[in-house]
Parts: sequence; C-alpha cells; structure tokens
Amino acid sequence: MIRHSRFIKLLEGPQTLGRGPLFWGMAGLVLLVGYAYGVLTLNFGAAYGFTLIALLASLASTAVFAAVLGYFLYFGRISGVFLGIVTLSVTLVFERFMAQTAGPEWHIGVARLNGFNGMSGMPPLTLPWFGGNIVLFPDIGLYYFVLALLVLTYLGLRILVNSKFGNVLVAIRENPERAEMLGYDVRKYQLVAFVIGAVLAGLSGTLYTAWGQYITPSSMSITAAALPIVWVAVGGRGDVTATLIGTLAVLAAFQALTIYGSQYALVVMGLLLVATVLVAPEGLIVTAAKLAGRLGRGSKESA
Amino acid sequence: MPILETRGLNKHFGGLHVTADVNLALDDGELHCLIGPNGAGKSTLFRLILGEHAPSSGSILYAGGDITALKSFERIRRGMSVKFQVPGIFKALSARHNLEIALQHHLEGGSLDAETDRLLAFLNLSEVATQLAGNLSHGQKQWLEIGMAISLKPKLLLLDEPTAGMSPAETFATGEIVKTLNAGGVTILAVEHDMSFVRQVARRVTVLHLGRIFAQGTVEEIVADERVAAIYLGQGHA
Repeated sequence: MIRHSRFIKLLEGPQTLGRGPLFWGMAGLVLLVGYAYGVLTLNFGAAYGFTLIALLASLASTAVFAAVLGYFLYFGRISGVFLGIVTLSVTLVFERFMAQTAGPEWHIGVARLNGFNGMSGMPPLTLPWFGGNIVLFPDIGLYYFVLALLVLTYLGLRILVNSKFGNVLVAIRENPERAEMLGYDVRKYQLVAFVIGAVLAGLSGTLYTAWGQYITPSSMSITAAALPIVWVAVGGRGDVTATLIGTLAVLAAFQALTIYGSQYALVVMGLLLVATVLVAPEGLIVTAAKLAGRLGRGSKESA
Repeated sequence: MPILETRGLNKHFGGLHVTADVNLALDDGELHCLIGPNGAGKSTLFRLILGEHAPSSGSILYAGGDITALKSFERIRRGMSVKFQVPGIFKALSARHNLEIALQHHLEGGSLDAETDRLLAFLNLSEVATQLAGNLSHGQKQWLEIGMAISLKPKLLLLDEPTAGMSPAETFATGEIVKTLNAGGVTILAVEHDMSFVRQVARRVTVLHLGRIFAQGTVEEIVADERVAAIYLGQGHA
C-alpha cells in the first residue's frame, strides 16, 4: 500500500514525494510556444533579428497563458493530485486541438497549422551582429548558444533559490501552512514560481522548434509529457544541480537506447521511473549524495 | 480595550457544532490560557482566529478592526503569530535557516544575522543552529517554532499546546520563555493541557466545553471550581 501511494503521490502537487509540485503539463506549454514561434516567424520572416523578437514574444505569451492558468489553479485552491490532472489535461487538449487543424481554414496569416503533420519551415534563430547576421543552424553554433543559455538558466535558478524569494519557495515546499502563518501569501509565490517554470518550458519549446524547424502535436503527446517527469525524477527534483545532471544522464542514456528502437527506450524510461519512485523517491542523485554524506560523517566519527 | 475579541462565534461542520456562541475578549498585554477536555473546540477556535476556518456566524475583532473576512497571511501581517500543536517547522532546513525565513520579512544583512543569533540564544538553540530542524529533539523543535512565531514581532501570540510532549524541565523552561515574552508586551493566548504550566504562567483562564465557554476566571478560581474538575474527570466523579 505504501508503495502504491507513492505512485499516487507522483501525480500529486505540493510535497510530492516530499519535493515540491510536479506538473505534467509543461509539455503543453512547449507546444504552445513552438506554434507561437512558428506563426510569428513564418509571417514576419527572420530579417533584422526578428527571430529573437519572436522568441521573446513567444515567451511573453507563455507567461501570460501560465499566469491565467496558474491563477485558476492556485487561487481556485486546486492542489494535490488535481494539479497534475489539470495540467496534464491542458496538454492533451492542446495536442488534440492542434491535431484536428489539418484543413486549409486553420491558418494564422500565412502560417498553416497543418493538423497532425504540424508546422514546418520556420527559420532558425538568427542573431543580428556587426557585419552580418549569425544564423544558428542546427550545428555547433546553436549548440554553444543553447549551452550558454543552459549555464545562464542554471546560474539564474541558483541565485533565485538562494534569494529571499527562493527562501519562501523552499518554505512553501517544506510546509505551506507554516509559510502562510509567517505572513507569506503562498498562492502568489506559487503562481510566480509556476510562471517562471512555464517560461523556462517555453524557452525549451522555442529552441526545439528553431532547432528542428518544425513542430507537430505529437511532439507533445502523453509520452512527451511524461518524459520530462522521468528526467527530473531520476536525478532528484529537490536540487537544481541534481536535476541538471540527472536530466543530462537520462537523456544521454535515452539517445543511446533509441539505437535499438524508440519503443524499447521508452520501456526502459518507464522502468527507470518506477525504480526511482520505489527505491529512491527523492531521486537517485540526491539519495546517493545523502548516503555519501552519511558515510563520510560515519567514517569521521569512527576515526 | 481588548486586542482580540470574538463575538457570537459559531462554527459547525454539518450538524456538528464545534464552536457555539463564543464571546472571548483578550486584553492587550494579557497572558490567557484556554483549557478544556479533548474535543472541547479549542483547536477549532484557534483556527477560526487564524482564519484557517471561516466561522459559520459571528465576528472576530482584532486591534480595533473586524478581521473576520481576512485571509490567514493578512492576519499574520497585522501582528498575529502562531505556534502550532505539532511543530510546523521546515524539517529539511537548518534551525538557523528556519529562523532566517521568518525574520527576512523585516530584516536583512547584518541585522538579520544578529537577530537570528539573539533568538537562537534566547531559545537555547545556539548549539544546534546548523543542525537540520528535523533532527532536533522534540522540545527543541517546539522552541524553534516558538522562535519562528516571535520572529514576526507579534502583538498577539497564539500558542497551541506549547509544552506537548515535553519533559517537566522543558515545560518549565518553556513557561519562563512565555513569561519573558509576555513581560515584553506580547499578548498571549495559549491552549494547554498541562496544569502545572497553566499555574506557572497564566493569570486568567477560560475553560471550553462542548464548544462553549464553560467557565472563566483566575487560575485559582478555575482550579477550585468543582464543575471544571467534573468535566475533566467525567460526570461520574462530580
């Protein structure tokens, strides 16, 4: 029964497995932003660094959407397992909706939505530069651009977590009732955190679209929605570094496994998630780090 | 003038009347204990005062204003603070970090560090400041939460069984902490079962029974009241 309840908790929101809310719906935002980027760039082109403006505009649209959704989630007092259910539903609604837009009547400007085949032909990200634009084709250039963004995001999140604002977020994760009884408006903090998470998901969606120059509804199917959960759950969601390392490791393993077939790789991912939930619900890296710390202390004490 | 006043406060869950017509007034600077057998409605009354439950009818006045419709965090910002029955601390963070999160409302930098140190010393927690709050002893957890509650510099402090699970020595130390706070001008309302604690700290005592105010008076009057003894021991002993 205890183990069964852990699976229920995986669907839950606050204090899921003791570590903050978990959203199944971020994939929906990736989809939304991917299409937003596509619509903007297909209509307005890539000249004069417009792809960057499209990127920012797409992120702004995610922020607005997440703020509205988050408002209903948090100020409507939706919590626990229902946060997972509602966000997952939103993702699936998006996917279903986009999948039925095959007809020619579904277009925004010149951008056809194209139903299940998705939107394609968007320009890659283009950075305006002295003496000529730098076009970030899916190559070394884009790689370093994404790497730089990753470092910036990581540092930004670390600064955020260690700020006063981050302190309150940690407090809410640990004990929302106590946080409220220290005079913090818990719902506002949760909403802001949700929007930040959504914008980061949106950033990944834009980069994904700019990289592949296409976006399809199936990019955000229930499988795609579940995979990010595996990435973060395996490393451990309580720590930004553990999440980063875990995600890199799991993705590398996933890529290596797809050599043998993508379904096979998915089965392994599922098993990995089940194993993590049963053996190390806080995440493999976080649990390993705790064990190492305990062993380290033990050897010091015995010395 | 009372700092806190409940007027005709009622709370029922379906047909169950947990709080019935409670009129309780707390003078500014008072140290008041709320006692009563299990199920008397003490915790519900606390939750009504804190805004965790909305009353079915009646109103709550605080510092001259009606706060019945305010949310919990808004009441806290007006100078209320609470220590829960089960220590509501952030277990995965150090004792020091717990206090810092509470203090960062109104302090930062060096003055935050200084106040954290002062509170840790006041609560006998300096030695364990860097330990995770979840690893502290039960008494230390209770003190840490009292520390978080007083970090907010409250005008009114609500203590829900501050000595639950404590040894007699810890109970006494807690009593002294509570008296020091009250001498500093903090109005305190404490729910408590331990009569030695009540005798140590309180001047006025209110007895709740079946959701109603059953008796009110000085500690001596309440201890001498046979009706109060009867509801604690059961009617058969009256």
